[in-house]
Amino acid sequence: MPEILLDVRSLTHRYAITGKSTLTALDGVTFQIRRGEIFGLVGQSGSGKSTAARCIMNLLRPTGGKLLYKGVDLLDPKQRRANRKMLQTTRQLIFQDSGSSLNPRMTLAEIITEPMAIHRVKSPRGSMRAEAELRAKSVGLSPSCLDRFPPELSGGQRQRAAIARALCMEPELLIADEPVASLDVSVQAQILNLFRHLQERHGFSLLFIAHDMSAVRWLCSRVGVLCRGRLVEAAPVPELFENPLHPCTRALLSSVPLPDPRRERERQLEHFDADTLPSAGTLYEASPDHFVLKED
Amino acid sequence: MPLLEVKNLSVSFDTPRGELQAVRDVSFSLGEGEILAIAGESGCGKSVLCKAITRLLPDTARIKGGSVTIDGLTLSSLPERKVQKLRGKLFSMVFQDAMSALNPSLSIGAQIAGAVRVHSPRMKRAAVRARVLELLGLVGIGRAADMYALYPHNLSGGQRQRVVTAVALASGPRLLFADEPTTALDAGLQTQILDLLRDIRQSLGTSTVLISHDLGAVARAADRVAVMYAGKIVEIGTAEDIFYDPRHPYTWSLLLSLPSRAERGRQLRAIAGTPPTLIDPPAGDAFAPRNPWALEIDYEQAPPMFRVTDTHSAATWLLDPRAPKITPPFGGEGHA
Repeated sequence: MPEILLDVRSLTHRYAITGKSTLTALDGVTFQIRRGEIFGLVGQSGSGKSTAARCIMNLLRPTGGKLLYKGVDLLDPKQRRANRKMLQTTRQLIFQDSGSSLNPRMTLAEIITEPMAIHRVKSPRGSMRAEAELRAKSVGLSPSCLDRFPPELSGGQRQRAAIARALCMEPELLIADEPVASLDVSVQAQILNLFRHLQERHGFSLLFIAHDMSAVRWLCSRVGVLCRGRLVEAAPVPELFENPLHPCTRALLSSVPLPDPRRERERQLEHFDADTLPSAGTLYEASPDHFVLKED
Repeated sequence: MPLLEVKNLSVSFDTPRGELQAVRDVSFSLGEGEILAIAGESGCGKSVLCKAITRLLPDTARIKGGSVTIDGLTLSSLPERKVQKLRGKLFSMVFQDAMSALNPSLSIGAQIAGAVRVHSPRMKRAAVRARVLELLGLVGIGRAADMYALYPHNLSGGQRQRVVTAVALASGPRLLFADEPTTALDAGLQTQILDLLRDIRQSLGTSTVLISHDLGAVARAADRVAVMYAGKIVEIGTAEDIFYDPRHPYTWSLLLSLPSRAERGRQLRAIAGTPPTLIDPPAGDAFAPRNPWALEIDYEQAPPMFRVTDTHSAATWLLDPRAPKITPPFGGEGHA
């Protein structure tokens, strides 16, 4: 079994709403990401997917739990300080909305190489410009885009630039939070192809957050299902799609739209009431590598 | 006689860089109680077409030609004052982003009541309230009396979309325009809202024009489908025609690019390139540069609509009897 790159243990996060009331966005979530795999994190909107991404990137301080990345405790300030450079360069995040996550006043060339400028990394290509050209080429952007500003580009081009920016530090862990949700079908296919191609070439681990189950099925090797802040099931992709065990997973799978009118009209939604989730539960291994949440 | 008939409609925007031809010579019709989906990539003119029909275009837009007839009334020749009277009564619109379509500082009951009163100003308070509760029930919001006083931010995304639909139905329109009603929702809610459109058709006989770029949504809700590309309808037919026997290479490409059709471990068949700019659109078929099945004539002359069956036609030279025979990636009954 390959080395575990990221170990998430009973991660809990509560958002403070007003006064004493809180919203539990993540409740004891445990999963591992192995080196070189594409791990999909799926769930309905509001199930805590993005909160998990933000905790792993240290953008949010979790209320409880443990995060181990390459053996470094991400929640221990001392260890974080000691490994600051490594943590900042080898973990990268791609946001859903490239329109608001790219600085509209910077050219694409500046955007793509900004991480290198911040970390004062010299480009092995000689100049930052050469680096930007190479990076742009690797994600399928033409060099003529490099002098343009994000608002002048299409959503697909902007998402390519965001990917190029994330990859210029040669990360070991890439987190993509709904990277294709705002794109057209035909462009979605281009970007999904690109993710797979780049992962094969660079070998990074990818945490792919999505609500589109058919994209996850095509791209990911393993998948975890979040439901109201709880991880209810985790399994290799073929296993999860053929043999979903938790009712929440089955409800999620039953909601996948099919481009086929006859089958689509027969498709019945399975309902799952998240209130029926047990208040305490642990993951148990139903079959090799297939984990399901079970009431204590 | 069809309820809605659009003939040769063309809409342009005057931009500093020239005339942008957003809708180019579009014709279609919609029968009573029918759900027609308009599908295509963003920027292909779906929303502009819808706004041109309902006369909600901004001032920069110009209707260059064509006519729109709803229920025998030629809308395109009526003054705005008269069209205003018909909005809501004859046709209304469900907007995409429910959060911004609703007023955050009014309860949902009051907002639906407002829509009811605009069209029946003399209605008594109790009657308005009863009508609002009826509408809430119709769009599948349970415990309507309790929900009446809630505000949009108290509701989930799916419930907000239902409220927006209730506002659109308040005055009993015969024709509903739904512009990407499910795009902001997750898959389970999407299915519920699409089923709601079908339920409304079942119970009220409302005809619907559904605008969507999601072919799964189209497959669930639509009776007929029009595929748009670069401001034109390139293929139109029943849902069965379009999904089981598509004829236009653009429809093929759209269907082939879906991850649900792809095998794990194989490349997705993305459509190369991007749609053309509609300022000075290219001569010939606008899809030709991205079309692996393009013929030479596609670059020179735009194809006319070829009739496939009574319900199905497509604008591609591949249907011309002189065209070389190719093996289409789709076709045959029951193909899935």
